[in-house]
Amino acid sequence: MITLQINGEKHQIDVDPEMPLLWAIRDIIGLTGTKFGCGIGACGSCKVLVDNLATYSCLTPVAVVAGKEITTIEGTQENLQLLQKSWSEFNVPQCGYCQPGQLITATSLLNSNENPTDTDIDEAMSGNICRCGTYQRIKKAIHHTVELKNKAKHE
Amino acid sequence: MSNIHNMSRRSFVKNIGLASGGLILAGSTYLYFDKKEPDNLIEFNPNLFVQLNSDGSLILIASRSEMGNGVRTSLTSVIADEMDADWNKVIVKQAVGDIKYGDQNTDGSKSILYLYDTMRKMGATVRAMLITAAAQTWQVPEKECTAENHFIIHSSGKKIEFGALVELAKTLKVPTNVVYKNPNDFKYIGKHLKSIDINDYVNGSAVFGLDKRLPNMKFVAIARCPVTFGTVKSFDKTAAMKIRGVEAVIEIPRIEKPFGPLGGVAVIATNTWAAFKGKAALEIEWNYGENERYDSDIYMNQITENVHKPGKVGKEKGNITEAFKAAHKTIESTFQLPHLVHTPMEVPNAIAWVQGDTCEVWAPTQDPQTARKEVVDYLKTSIDKVTLNVTFLGGGFGRKSKPDYIVEAVMISKMINAPAQVVWTREDDVQHGYYHTVSAQYMKASLDSQGNVTSWLHRFAFPSIMSTFSPGTDFPADWEIASAADIPYDIKNFKVEVGQAPAHVRIGWMRSVINIPHGFSVNVFADELAFAANKDPLEFRLNLIGPDRIEDTKDPIKYNTARLKNVLNVVAKNANWNKPLPEGHAYGIAVQYSFYSYVASVVEVSMLKDKVKVHNIYTAIDCGTVINKDTVKAQMEGAAIFGMSLAFYGKITAKNGAIEQNSFTDYKMIRMNEIPNVHVEIVESTENPTGVGEPGVPVIAPAIINAIFKLTGKRYHNLPLSDHGIV
Repeated sequence: MITLQINGEKHQIDVDPEMPLLWAIRDIIGLTGTKFGCGIGACGSCKVLVDNLATYSCLTPVAVVAGKEITTIEGTQENLQLLQKSWSEFNVPQCGYCQPGQLITATSLLNSNENPTDTDIDEAMSGNICRCGTYQRIKKAIHHTVELKNKAKHE
Repeated sequence: MSNIHNMSRRSFVKNIGLASGGLILAGSTYLYFDKKEPDNLIEFNPNLFVQLNSDGSLILIASRSEMGNGVRTSLTSVIADEMDADWNKVIVKQAVGDIKYGDQNTDGSKSILYLYDTMRKMGATVRAMLITAAAQTWQVPEKECTAENHFIIHSSGKKIEFGALVELAKTLKVPTNVVYKNPNDFKYIGKHLKSIDINDYVNGSAVFGLDKRLPNMKFVAIARCPVTFGTVKSFDKTAAMKIRGVEAVIEIPRIEKPFGPLGGVAVIATNTWAAFKGKAALEIEWNYGENERYDSDIYMNQITENVHKPGKVGKEKGNITEAFKAAHKTIESTFQLPHLVHTPMEVPNAIAWVQGDTCEVWAPTQDPQTARKEVVDYLKTSIDKVTLNVTFLGGGFGRKSKPDYIVEAVMISKMINAPAQVVWTREDDVQHGYYHTVSAQYMKASLDSQGNVTSWLHRFAFPSIMSTFSPGTDFPADWEIASAADIPYDIKNFKVEVGQAPAHVRIGWMRSVINIPHGFSVNVFADELAFAANKDPLEFRLNLIGPDRIEDTKDPIKYNTARLKNVLNVVAKNANWNKPLPEGHAYGIAVQYSFYSYVASVVEVSMLKDKVKVHNIYTAIDCGTVINKDTVKAQMEGAAIFGMSLAFYGKITAKNGAIEQNSFTDYKMIRMNEIPNVHVEIVESTENPTGVGEPGVPVIAPAIINAIFKLTGKRYHNLPLSDHGIV
């Protein structure tokens, strides 16, 4: 038995310890917001936060993350929620499939960098592919989130 | 007779996924550009549905598939606007695959084109009926009543909510002469409306095909022959069966149909990972078959030879031979473009549950009716026994029009007597697709001493999409020739020829289809001619298009050269075409008429350390009446990235019949660190609404090539740029 702590909830699962976290989340626990895109860490659709850092869940065996705090797109982290609002404001998604991974990656960026530059965003987000090509709006939505946060701080 | 019907009392409403009780209208569509309604609607096929309930909730059915095209929002917003409904009260339901919805094939950028007018009429009809109901309730003349934001308002100021009028409205006859809203009063049409599904997209609750779950559902991965149409000789499942979670390994046959499964060995498991691992552990011997000899490098040489000699005539006007003799200058170029593949972020997948002679399917599909028919044919059952549910599509781009993956799921569910979800790996998607064609093109043109184009020869060879439908086809179909034959240029002596090109993989349509190779060669070649004539590429192109005219093509919608020149002028103005750019930067331009829309792009590039960087892309589109500006803008932004991906990296190759690429590591996409700023202008127009999903793509690659030439003097005729070491 392996215990996973996902979005504040404990899940006991009986799986091969090598099973990638992605498939444990999707097929065993049944949270389907985290997506399969390539299975080799090349597209970022599967990213989740592990102890606040964006992690390719398709490459991470469940045994490695047992006991760590895992946040998926269904989670309620503050930065994630703020980013979701901006995503909505800029109507970022087209097909929407890669967006959970994009949002998780952006959350990870804001968790570690309060004022990311364009270059910081490029660096942080370039592991995530969007075949529809929503990158420009993603970038705007991240900047917008930072602006709102900074404004709130000064009020 | 009207094509809108009051269905509130009909028993059949339960069959279309609407609960009875509300005011329900059904309408049938006709081609907007036909400009007349069919008169044989007595046995009509209702295909758009409106249900207004007593609580005011408004259920609108989306008959087309949502894959990022914004169709669930745009189609329904037209009805809501004409109704004067409150958008917040709208609930969109996705239609199952059924002919009663009319053509549901979400392909060819034509959803709005086909459905716009009937949707408006449907909304206007509901509004008129609600006004009648309110006037009767209040005992006042109808002309004293108006609709506003889900209320009918009387001139005295009293108002009544839409829902409160439902019971009376249900009993009314459908009016035949309804008045549409004045476009100046539109609240949603032509505005920026967010996706109605935005919350589900950002919180992860949107259910794509891969996210659907059924009790006791099995997960399935399939090993397919690396060579197209190869078959299983023998296999050893011992290692696969040892993997925890693997329950069975079974051979599945190929079905020799355009959308038939390729066949192979299926691994049935309790989770996707076990199925993938099981698949990797299979030991299979294949009969590769005749496509084993397919080598795309050798093939490229062969089709290039074929365009360097005369081919079959596709179109001829004037006499190019004489014109070449009399020419001041002749220019010639050869273009080579590789296969491409769609790679939507959500891989092909489907769930089927066959129980006896019935079957229910959940799938991300662009064409639910074709999928349903394929399932019916496979099961040899009747159409009413098959339900085809359409999920969200994690991208489509044409791949999900081809339901081979759906039939696979049906086949396996039937074999294992349980619900089955077939999941393709990314490698499966890259290696077993319906490929965008590979092409060689040869072009030759002559200029007179003033730099005018006096003749134009365009010769091309590529495996036709029709080879997928009629095996053995080795020349393009008329419609695959048209985008080269009907170019909007005013040239006296003109000839299109086609060369032979047999297919060795499944050829399919991908976003923009044949406009990609033709748009590329024509736009790059026109730019070469401009430089040969010592003219500015924009000015040269405007002259080449020539006088304002409506071209008489075979198509029901004719193109208008004034609109084409206008998008060039608009984009040139937005880019400030003649302004001095920073040192080491240059502009390139391209223009394309496709899917009845007019698109031009200007691309600004630089070369830093011999690597191309795209800084800005300016795009102008004239797609007639616009339903949702935000969607059109988003599609142009996305098309710029899609076009850049194919220009920079897009290349699928085959050796010994097997596709050499695997995943996003060797079939690369543009990423965040490479994006330009994309600036979109939508031309204001009251013309028919035309295509948006595809027409933004073809201009990008040639505009980049033209900019690189301006900057470096080097002309690239072959894509992708990664082959030239400059990205």
